[in-house]
Amino acid sequence: MAEASYPQDLLYHPEHDWARIEGDVATFGITWHAQDALGEVVFFDPPAAGAQVTQHEPYAEVESVKAVSDVIAPLSGEVIEVNVALGEEPEAINEDPYGAGWIVKVRLSDPAQAQALLARDAYVALLA
Amino acid sequence: MVPYAGWEMPVRYDGVIAEHLAVRATAGAFDVSHMGQIETTGPAARDLLERLCTNDVSRIAIGGAQYSLLLREDGGVLDDLFSYRLADQRYLTVTNAANHERDLAWFRDHAAGFDAQVIDRAADYAMIAVQGPLAREIVQAIANSPLPERMTIGERTIDGVQMLVAGTGYTGEDGVELLLDPADARAVWDELLRRGAKPAGLAARDTLRTEACYHLYGNDLDTRRGPIEAGLGWCARAGGGYIGAEAVAAVRAAGPAELLVPFVITDRGAARAGDLVLGGGIVTSGTFSPTLEMGIGLAYLPAAMAVVGTEFEIDVRGKHRRARVEKRPLLKV
Repeated sequence: MAEASYPQDLLYHPEHDWARIEGDVATFGITWHAQDALGEVVFFDPPAAGAQVTQHEPYAEVESVKAVSDVIAPLSGEVIEVNVALGEEPEAINEDPYGAGWIVKVRLSDPAQAQALLARDAYVALLA
Repeated sequence: MVPYAGWEMPVRYDGVIAEHLAVRATAGAFDVSHMGQIETTGPAARDLLERLCTNDVSRIAIGGAQYSLLLREDGGVLDDLFSYRLADQRYLTVTNAANHERDLAWFRDHAAGFDAQVIDRAADYAMIAVQGPLAREIVQAIANSPLPERMTIGERTIDGVQMLVAGTGYTGEDGVELLLDPADARAVWDELLRRGAKPAGLAARDTLRTEACYHLYGNDLDTRRGPIEAGLGWCARAGGGYIGAEAVAAVRAAGPAELLVPFVITDRGAARAGDLVLGGGIVTSGTFSPTLEMGIGLAYLPAAMAVVGTEFEIDVRGKHRRARVEKRPLLKV
């Protein structure tokens, strides 16, 4: 994905993760900046459905050619769906980080935690 | 761009995997101008190099090239080097950027009593490596005469610029390395790209050399280990006479306690430099291999484990990943 992009409809965690909140369920992924810094993702082990994730804590690892990086949960909750396709095609994280590269869907335990996240412009300002 | 040893290093242009595969399939160009150069000139230039270098310098013909190591008295490796014999009494030795000043001081400190001059040439050469199955074809098309064969060096005019061309590299592929006036480097670089060489960064250089099982100083070689442990006994001449020879002979006689071996990860994922091997040992180079599409690397293992086919486990960030000792090179080009 050559061009940096940060959709307006997402909330961002300063450690380069995004959340798309729909009711009490949120989809998580890593930002364009994160995938660009990592380089091509070559391995991804999704967490198990049913796993509990905690805001600001790692819940998965993405591995690129050169490095391994923790993926930080932007919000707390229970994993209700994992993007199993990433096991076979982890490069989707690079090619489409906000679409096919989504990582998990989580039933939120405390939706109010979203107040700790950044809106798009605040996150982009952080990258400058 | 990443700072390293005073240089701004081009780590990645496009993507490591694309750059890596381009070098394996066609040709890549690497800006390796950070590499240092030391010229050794004079009637005793060869004698001085024989004293400093582990390999048999007397076997380098005029126009020849040789890989060698610089050792301390205790056998610890100070650097790994390529020496080129430019003329009867004139050698050019290519150093690693981070070691260049130390190497230069080492050369000068030991030059007393030799009728030879040690000249720092690091600022005089930019260096471009063109590597891959089409590399020679691309460079030959803008060369004034046939390119030097593998492991030789000669002066050529490339794209109208006089320079040194060496048939060496660090990727396992055929190709050449160009040593030229930094003022000319930009134009030559652009011409190489125009003719189809893909710009390749130092990240791809590292994955390529790991597949080829070439050592990286600072990872696979350092002052704590010697050439026998590193699997480089072949370039430590038996006759001795070089600094560190006694230490090397002792390890050779007793057998090394550990050995550097190539490995593949048989689980998913990759191991990284610094990961510990269960039962003893340490990974010194570890990456994902774009060609083999699996985790590969180099590790120092206890000698009893350092046998092709041995299965072992590596602690990768708390997870135990299975690995197997392989023959070198990991990738046959």
